[in-house]
Amino acid sequence: MKASPPVILFALVVLMFTLALQLDTSFTVARRTEQPKDVMGAVFGEGRKLFAEQSFTMADVYFHSGYYPSVFDQGAQAQKEIITASHGQKETEEDEKKEDFMGRPRDWVDAFGRHFKITQHTHLEGHQEREILPWLRLSASLNPHKIDTYTVGAYFLWEHLNRPDQAEIFLREGLRNNPDSYEILFELGRLYRDVEHDADHACNLFELGIKKFQAASASQQKEDHVAGEKLVVNLAYLEEKIGNYESALKWFEVACALSPFPDEMRKEMALIREKQAAAKKVQ
Amino acid sequence: MNTTFALAGVVIKELYRRKDFYVLFVLSALLTLVSGAASFFHDRNIIGYIKDICLLLIWISALIIAVVTTARQIPAEREARTIFPLLAKPVSRWQLIVGKFLGCWLATGLALLVFYVFFAVLVGTRDGHWPLGIYLEAAWMQWLMLAIVIAMVLLGSIHFAAPSSTTTICVSVVVGILILGGHLRQLALLQPEPVQTLLSAVYFLMPHLEWYDLRDFVVYESGIVGGGPLLLASLYAAVWVAIFLILAWLGFRRKSLNT
Repeated sequence: MKASPPVILFALVVLMFTLALQLDTSFTVARRTEQPKDVMGAVFGEGRKLFAEQSFTMADVYFHSGYYPSVFDQGAQAQKEIITASHGQKETEEDEKKEDFMGRPRDWVDAFGRHFKITQHTHLEGHQEREILPWLRLSASLNPHKIDTYTVGAYFLWEHLNRPDQAEIFLREGLRNNPDSYEILFELGRLYRDVEHDADHACNLFELGIKKFQAASASQQKEDHVAGEKLVVNLAYLEEKIGNYESALKWFEVACALSPFPDEMRKEMALIREKQAAAKKVQ
Repeated sequence: MNTTFALAGVVIKELYRRKDFYVLFVLSALLTLVSGAASFFHDRNIIGYIKDICLLLIWISALIIAVVTTARQIPAEREARTIFPLLAKPVSRWQLIVGKFLGCWLATGLALLVFYVFFAVLVGTRDGHWPLGIYLEAAWMQWLMLAIVIAMVLLGSIHFAAPSSTTTICVSVVVGILILGGHLRQLALLQPEPVQTLLSAVYFLMPHLEWYDLRDFVVYESGIVGGGPLLLASLYAAVWVAIFLILAWLGFRRKSLNT
């Protein structure tokens, strides 16, 4: 049987129309689930995460005043120092050595070229840390689900630039975009404890953070065990400070299972029991 | 010498008659001002990112002006057949090459001057700092880099078929050198032979344009570059310019001028 061209054409049009309807339905469903909420999302799509990472790296480059390894240098994949700094880790001499990615000049071109490069490892200080903020803001706009952006931004705003109000606004924005983030809840809790001196509010935030941590998958809990430990230990100390000894003992008990120093936790528990006994005697 | 300067003067006049520079300057200024108007965490003292964006735009604009202006010089003269009366003046082919180079370089220098004045005024009015030493060094080094690029494009315009192909090839080469130039040896050492030797040879033989990029010193306020290295870099640029101009002249000397 021989089909005439008009028939083939008609069949193809019908096929195209059917496929178009089918695809449109699938795309509509997909669009409903992952609808970009802002201009950045609409313009860059999923590619914005890549730009967000680059923007976050730029913040680290600025923090180092331009002394930074390129993708071709050793140490390019190392943990970003703005993250380690925000976790309260101080740089050791060993770390300094590791960050000397340039090493000795390889040849005369490299040696001469170093006159035109920044070759000294320094960090921004004296409120100059503000220069990293635009990059963190951009990173958060491009990828609102990158938790580090909010915690690092809040750390520098609060601890280096003395702007806890802005740190809280940034953290709240992060929490709106990532309601299950125990890291952001921890930072908010610290802010309420140390700046607002609102221990009850801080306790609630730490407790919510612990709940979110416990609700996370086992693999994530294993990976982020330090975050979980920090939440529990900080809550336990805060409860102790405000005199909720029972609650403090309960959280130190949990901390014993999480902390790499359970003996320290047990010592704290013994101290609390002593305080508890003394308080009962007074009553 | 007068002939060379007369030719250069024509090129400079051409730059301010054409719209390329004005468009690029207005675009750069507009983008910088828009980015500068953004407020981050209500902190008006943040300036680093504005410097970064403005300098990047200056680099892109200056490169486009230099390459596009140079690439069309000799092909345009040939196409319009104005090259015949020009060479009958008499102007030697060497004078024509040098005149065109000088004109393009000075014209680009004027454009750079306007760009850097805008940059200095913008940054100075915003943060009150006027580190003119590093600005002058950065502008001088960029101008030297553009001298090498202009000489390279002039050589390309003798050999390639059209200004568009010259522009594309030269921009690709320049951007490639700026990004990879300093790391080519590292990459070479990771490769098997003979690629290793080949890449190493390219590394030592190519013009190291990445040396002339002092943007980091301006953005991060890391002091100024010493006079010695600056002088040596200027000599290095002069040698590369001479090499490219001689090669361009050798090619142009044997070239048939009929299109």
